[in-house]
Amino acid sequence: MALKMVKGSIDRMFDKNLQDLVRGIRNHKEDEAKYISQCIDEIKQELKQDNIAVKANAVCKLTYALALTWAIFLQRVGYLAASQCFHEGTDVIMLTTNQIRKDLSSPSQYDTGVALTGLSCFVTPDLARDLASDIMTLMSHTKPYIRKKAVLIMYKVFLKYPESLRPAFPRLKEKLEDPDPGVQSAAVNVICELARRNPKNYLSLAPLFFKLMTSSTNNWVLIKIIKLFGALTPLEPRLGKKLIEPLTNLIHSTSAMSLLYECVNTVIAVLISLSSGMPNHSASIQLCVQKLRILIEDSDQNLKYLGLLAMSKILKTHPKSVQSHKDLVLQCLDDKDESIRLRALDLLYGMVSKKNLMEIVKKLMTHVDKAEGTTYRDELLTKIIDICSQSNYQHITNFEWYISILVELTRLEGTRHGHLIAAQMLDVAIRVKAIRKFAVSQMSALLDNAHLVASSTQRNGICEVLYAAAWICGEFSEHLQEPHQTLEAMLRPKVTTLPGHIQAVYVQNVVKLYASILQQQEQAAEAEAAQEVTQLMVERLPQFVQSADLEVQERASCILQLVKHVQKLQAKGVPVAEEVSALFAGELNPVAPKAQKKVPVPEGLDLDAWINEPPSDSESEDEKPKAIFHDEEPRHVRRRQPEEDEEELARRREARKQEQANNPFYIKSSPSPQKRYRDAPGVEHIPVVQIDLSVPLKVPGMPMSDQYVKLEEERRHRQRLEKDKKKKRKKEKDRKGKHRRHSSLPTESDEDIAPAQQVDIVTEEMPENALPSDEEDKDPNDPYRALDIDLDKPLADSEKLPVQKHRNTEVSKSPEKDEVPVVEKKSKKPKKKEKKPKEKEKKKERERKKSSRHKKKKHKKEREEKEKKKAKRKQPEREHEQEEPVQNGAAEEEEEETLPPMSSYRLLAENSFIKMTYDIQASLQKDSQVTVSVILENQSGSFLKNMELSVLDSLNAKMARPEGSSVHAGVPVPFQLPPGVSNEAQFVFTVQSIIMAQKLKGTLSFIAKDDDGATHEKLDFRLHFSCSSYLITTPCYSDAFARLLESGDLSMSSIKVDGISMSFQNLLSKICFYHHFSVVERVDSCASMYSRSIQGHHVCLLLKKGESSVSVDGKCSDPTLLSSLLEEMKATLAQC
Amino acid sequence: KEKKKITRELVQTVLARKPKMCSFLEWRDLKIVYKRYASLYFCCAIEDQDNELITLEIIHRYVELLDKYFGSVCELDIIFNFEKAYFILDEFLLGGEVQETSKKNVLKAIEQADLLQESQNEEWGGLSEDIL
Repeated sequence: MALKMVKGSIDRMFDKNLQDLVRGIRNHKEDEAKYISQCIDEIKQELKQDNIAVKANAVCKLTYALALTWAIFLQRVGYLAASQCFHEGTDVIMLTTNQIRKDLSSPSQYDTGVALTGLSCFVTPDLARDLASDIMTLMSHTKPYIRKKAVLIMYKVFLKYPESLRPAFPRLKEKLEDPDPGVQSAAVNVICELARRNPKNYLSLAPLFFKLMTSSTNNWVLIKIIKLFGALTPLEPRLGKKLIEPLTNLIHSTSAMSLLYECVNTVIAVLISLSSGMPNHSASIQLCVQKLRILIEDSDQNLKYLGLLAMSKILKTHPKSVQSHKDLVLQCLDDKDESIRLRALDLLYGMVSKKNLMEIVKKLMTHVDKAEGTTYRDELLTKIIDICSQSNYQHITNFEWYISILVELTRLEGTRHGHLIAAQMLDVAIRVKAIRKFAVSQMSALLDNAHLVASSTQRNGICEVLYAAAWICGEFSEHLQEPHQTLEAMLRPKVTTLPGHIQAVYVQNVVKLYASILQQQEQAAEAEAAQEVTQLMVERLPQFVQSADLEVQERASCILQLVKHVQKLQAKGVPVAEEVSALFAGELNPVAPKAQKKVPVPEGLDLDAWINEPPSDSESEDEKPKAIFHDEEPRHVRRRQPEEDEEELARRREARKQEQANNPFYIKSSPSPQKRYRDAPGVEHIPVVQIDLSVPLKVPGMPMSDQYVKLEEERRHRQRLEKDKKKKRKKEKDRKGKHRRHSSLPTESDEDIAPAQQVDIVTEEMPENALPSDEEDKDPNDPYRALDIDLDKPLADSEKLPVQKHRNTEVSKSPEKDEVPVVEKKSKKPKKKEKKPKEKEKKKERERKKSSRHKKKKHKKEREEKEKKKAKRKQPEREHEQEEPVQNGAAEEEEEETLPPMSSYRLLAENSFIKMTYDIQASLQKDSQVTVSVILENQSGSFLKNMELSVLDSLNAKMARPEGSSVHAGVPVPFQLPPGVSNEAQFVFTVQSIIMAQKLKGTLSFIAKDDDGATHEKLDFRLHFSCSSYLITTPCYSDAFARLLESGDLSMSSIKVDGISMSFQNLLSKICFYHHFSVVERVDSCASMYSRSIQGHHVCLLLKKGESSVSVDGKCSDPTLLSSLLEEMKATLAQC
Repeated sequence: KEKKKITRELVQTVLARKPKMCSFLEWRDLKIVYKRYASLYFCCAIEDQDNELITLEIIHRYVELLDKYFGSVCELDIIFNFEKAYFILDEFLLGGEVQETSKKNVLKAIEQADLLQESQNEEWGGLSEDIL
């Protein structure tokens, strides 16, 4: 192995690299073609090596050679290879510039076309610069085929070489009015692409496009133009007004969905860009929404999806017109397709209002129950939360309802979003003061309810909720109805199975709870009960002290000491409640997530400067143990966002008030006027609908949000009655509401619904002097920005495209187009002349051969058929063996009709004494040997002996003879044949070239001995070595097959045979059997097949059956072998 | 290499989708439009502003072209004559834009280019025999 590698690398040293190749080609001017084919042979060798670098080099060379010598080789394939493997870093491209230029100016339009196509795939800035002027010339080529391609490729050139845009643009504009529709649409395409990136430079073209739009009937072009207008209108509102009419006409008239969709999209874009001053504005919105409704109602999933997508665009600016289609969107939630459901969910987000929030969420909740697959269910969950919490809980009128929804969501199994629910609970409980009492009761129920803790290990997601529950119960413990029970729930041994960060919160809040219980009991002068509680704490806390989680351990041991101390004091009868609860005095304020970022950096403070000298290396080692603690911290902080550094605060609670004065983080924001108003009535005065709630409160954790819906309806009904009285005043309000749309305040009809609770939504705190953040930066790397060029300025001289001039000919630029081809022709002509006569000779020769072959075959066929039947009868065993490849072919499907049994033995010769049949077998081990098995059958009554087979060798094929015998000597048959007996003899032949079929003349001589005496007899025969006999059935997997075809060094040929009645299955079996192929893959009446010759030629076939014909496409490493094989196959198929 | 990675990723996501689903999906900052014809999937990546339906039309048109050219096309045709499939695509699209909407014209161009290539092939074949 190692040796092989060394050998490989030495070989590589001698490989030519690309530069060598180019140099070599230049040095062999006179016999260029010969040199190149030599190189290609080398390249082929290189391609077969394992080393990937060698391979890559070879491919580069090959493509170069192919591109360079298009007259000789397949330039089309060359460009294809180039477009697949060239990229901007490939240095070969530099070398190809001249070749491409030559091809571009080729007299054949297809050569030019291929060059353009290839160029579009691998154009580089350099190529673009060098070739821009050539392509420009091609834009006014006489053939539309070239013009079209040239126009399209200009876009790629512009991208790579923006300087070319200005000089080329006038001509591009001309092409918009080209007589050929293809060229015209190409120009539209290019300009639309350009304009989409930098619309403002193309406004001047608007009238031209408008004309095109109203006159064109080509939908492909129309779509592009309409898209272009969509980009232009934001810059020119007048254009938008003009557009609406033709667009609505199109919407009405077109039957093409794609055009309709594009029109609707553009109308939406136009309407968005227009200020609401349009007169028929709402009419066209209505039209769009109507059409979209039709799309959504369509059974085609694609249209449905796009309809919803477009709806969501309208929703942003005209939510009201979409809201009327709520039914439809809700219907889409039941769709089978997940992506449609997700789109519908997106729409719902924008459709909710105070009126329908409960209804929509109720619907979503039923979907949550039905949903299969956690991903979609999780998506639903987040959407519910998003919908409810959007714009600062704007649409929620009843927070009790929301809390119960959240509690219901906790029953979801296996969700990953437990922390989301937890965050919502915390947020609502902290910011909505009025709801705290209710929230606390619900949370204590959650804590009490064992189901969350029970299986916390399996559904670790949802137990996050307990984190919120514990915190809320602790922090707002004054609202607890049965604090003692909750305390016990929190101290249950099962709690220790929860994740560490949740346990930590448990521990912390147990103390808060404890403090408030103490206070209550001391006020009620129940000293004994207070001591009992303390005792409970002392008993249960040790289970946390043993926790593996450091945070839990730390807090627990700290608190245990505290409680023990309290216990001592209690024993002495000292009132402790005041002091314990003082630990948790004060209130926590929500801080806006961005607050930290918004704190302005004080002048003169350099945050990057070292405060002390940087620690030396030895010190940093000492610090390592600390890191263990640091590691844990970030995780905790992240998870409980709402009360960041809660632990720290708790410790410093005493000092907190003073700190607030000078700490920028805790400066209370100046409350908004609205908030101040709502603040005024204290918590006690808030009218909570308590009576109706008594039932749900006692069935905690049960689905009860439904009842709120009913309640809400009743309440609204009552309100409506009241409202009727005040109608006049309301109307005025409505009008005012419209102007305030941009603020996050409830608007329009939403305002009619008064919230069930006066809710104080505490705004998140921000530092006073927060910096306004505008991070609108444009991406400097955007490739399209380079094309932001003013096109209306006149061209400056310096902007002319670089034009390459011929060194020796001093000609003006214009004749360049004509001049290059002339040079070209001269260089090509001699080559062609040389070739042609030879070509003709070859053809004639081939034809002669073919015709002679045909005649012989016809004779044989009839005989062969008889022969087959006989052979079959006599050789049952052999038959079985030979059947195997047939089954190989039939493996994929049950045989439809029974195939006549096949035998590969063919008649060699026959007379009254003896009959000879033969088969040729090849083996992979010997690449130039075949074995001919001859069955000799005695048909006479004589005894046959001294049989000897002599064959006239040809240059190519020789019979292997025993050593020492002369070249012409015969080979004896190693047996004798009594009357009626048959036996088989094998002879080995060596074959040089296997690419053509051939025949060998031979004679069998023998002595026939009967009662009368012995006679000397002879039988002449012709051994036919068909190409198929050199093939060996080799299985091939489809991916290996594809790779083989991709390698590209196979030549191709095909035949077609008409009048075939046999089933495709049998056809395949026949080919597998007689020609030693195996089926790679079969699809309906199309199959790919593979075989390998003894000399390693790959042969790939594609068989396709039509009505009554079969076409065979073949690819093979040797073209001659392939054509011989196909000829043989044609003969086989002709019998079918 | 990058190409391979993208291909693998897309193949996985597209194949995972059920036949009843719609043929658009969002992927990175592009949209993928795919369509299934029997066992063949055709995928296009388009930009945000592009029209999905017209992309479906393009795919369909391309399949029609393949079908016309190969005569009831199947994946084996494409594996076997992958370069032909590329040529057709090149005749139909250029630089990501439709260049020829007429089926007849595309096929005409392909057939003529085929003829041209074949004649070149023969020249090359003749030459190779000279050398051998």
